[in-house]
Amino acid sequence: MADVKKMATRDGYGKGLVALGKAHDDIVVLDADLAGSTKTGMFAKEFPDRHFNCGIAEADMMSVAAGLAASGFTPFASSFAMFASGRAYEQIRNSIGYPALNVKVGASHGGMSVGEDGASHQCCEDFALMRSIPGMVVICPADGVEAEAATIAAYEYEGPVYLRMGRLAVPVFHEEGFQFQIGKGEVMRQGDDIAIIANGLMVYEAIKAGETLAAEGINARIINMSTVKPLDEELVLKAAKECGKIITCEEHSVIGGLGEAVCSFLSENHPTPVRRIGVDDAFGFSGPAAQVLEAFGLCESNIVKVAKEFLGK
Amino acid sequence: MTSQEMNQLSITACKVRMGIIESTHAAKCGHPGGSMSAAEMFTYLYFKELNVDPADPKWDDRDRFVLSKGHTAPGLYSALALRGFFPVEDLLTLRKVGSYLQGHPNMNTVPGVDMSTGSLGQGISAACGMALAAKVKGKSNRVYTLLGDGEIQEGQVWEACMFASHYKLDNLCVIIDNNGLQIDGNVAKVMSPYPIVDKLEAFGFHVEAIDGHDFLQIEAAMEKAKTVKGQPTAIVMKTVKGKDVSFMEDQAGWHGVAPNDAQYEQAMSELKAKLAELEGK
Repeated sequence: MADVKKMATRDGYGKGLVALGKAHDDIVVLDADLAGSTKTGMFAKEFPDRHFNCGIAEADMMSVAAGLAASGFTPFASSFAMFASGRAYEQIRNSIGYPALNVKVGASHGGMSVGEDGASHQCCEDFALMRSIPGMVVICPADGVEAEAATIAAYEYEGPVYLRMGRLAVPVFHEEGFQFQIGKGEVMRQGDDIAIIANGLMVYEAIKAGETLAAEGINARIINMSTVKPLDEELVLKAAKECGKIITCEEHSVIGGLGEAVCSFLSENHPTPVRRIGVDDAFGFSGPAAQVLEAFGLCESNIVKVAKEFLGK
Repeated sequence: MTSQEMNQLSITACKVRMGIIESTHAAKCGHPGGSMSAAEMFTYLYFKELNVDPADPKWDDRDRFVLSKGHTAPGLYSALALRGFFPVEDLLTLRKVGSYLQGHPNMNTVPGVDMSTGSLGQGISAACGMALAAKVKGKSNRVYTLLGDGEIQEGQVWEACMFASHYKLDNLCVIIDNNGLQIDGNVAKVMSPYPIVDKLEAFGFHVEAIDGHDFLQIEAAMEKAKTVKGQPTAIVMKTVKGKDVSFMEDQAGWHGVAPNDAQYEQAMSELKAKLAELEGK
């Protein structure tokens, strides 16, 4: 997989918004002084009359979005994951979630891969926060093409959606024209020695780990679980039954994210040994993204290591 | 406004207050104090100002009202019921299991409620979103929101005020119920929001300061608001918390406590006497 094209998922989000803006009059986009970073600026350039900067006021932005949705618009409200899901958690819960308003929260710069900005901006709690809101759909696409498709799928879905994107350019492995289905995982590689269920930038790391493991005679099933909620339970159950052991990988705390969602489901339906790769109850620190990710074990080599230990090999 | 019209509005405001007492007494909890202080405003909005249709509560071109101080739902519900959005007798189901009259307004269960509120500071932002929506669509409907004077201690309120002014939401009318009391006591002592008028002017609002129990002043402020272009209007209304029930007036303790049976009897007899006087009986 050398020399693959790279693209940040936030760029896919920006492209998706522009495509939606061309096709639908009811799309409005809100930002909180980060339009250049969240990539809603791409939409602003094409549709300046439907892009509203709210200034550095995320709480207000989320409730404004709710008011727009209550008046028939489909607002996409964007900020960094930390401030969208964290600062404005209660506005998302009460102004958007409780009335089930059709607002899409487009959160960029999620996870440790923010890198140099350090812990204040490395949000690894957003899946946990957003999953806990009744009815909230939580999606973390794995590459730019999937992010664009997920943005369009979020529009087509009626109800609140949280889309988590990353800052870092990551390899693109989906084909152009890919159709995203909310709540459906994607098997990237077949295998039944162990299943590796990942999302976000960890999917590509898992795919690479799958190749490395294959070279050592271990056939891992690699699953892209972009939708954290609702979880594709059927696919998880099948993997548990056919592989017997599961590793989850996410650029998120091991508390409350994909790993915990998989464990909760399996413990009640098909108890299966699981290892969770994620941020182990810690804050991040400044540094180049690749180095920070590696320090937290969010990389191919650690997936390979955990898989081999798990299998006793 | 003719004196006959004003008398009719006063009668309705008295009935709104009776609905507040009836519903909170039946629920054995709820927030009568701040509901009573805004009774004239609820009445004016639903019986004079708002272009709404009880037969078609979701009519797209209607004016919107967002009760940002959502805990005063008993006042809103009472006005909505009297206006015909739902049966008045349903007020007695307030806060009970299975009732659509939730403790705080729910836009998906209560006919006529335009936004779910209850968490202070959020309603005004939602109202900004609705006013912006009307502007983007080129519609002429107006948006009104009612806040408490304690509520404006929330930072989000001032984020919303900046937004309203920045986007020149002259179709938005922000009403502040300045009854001077919040749960822990006098707003000036708990965390002073004063000077309220100066702050709102500094944030770019046209401000009308009025007596919130005087229909003539409410009418004048509302009519003025409709002529103001290029900036939002705020109406800061001085009111008395618990208004028109002697033992509730100006008492912070009646913020979130329901009358017991004896208090209910006394409150209702005072309001009935007032109603009889207004009706000339």
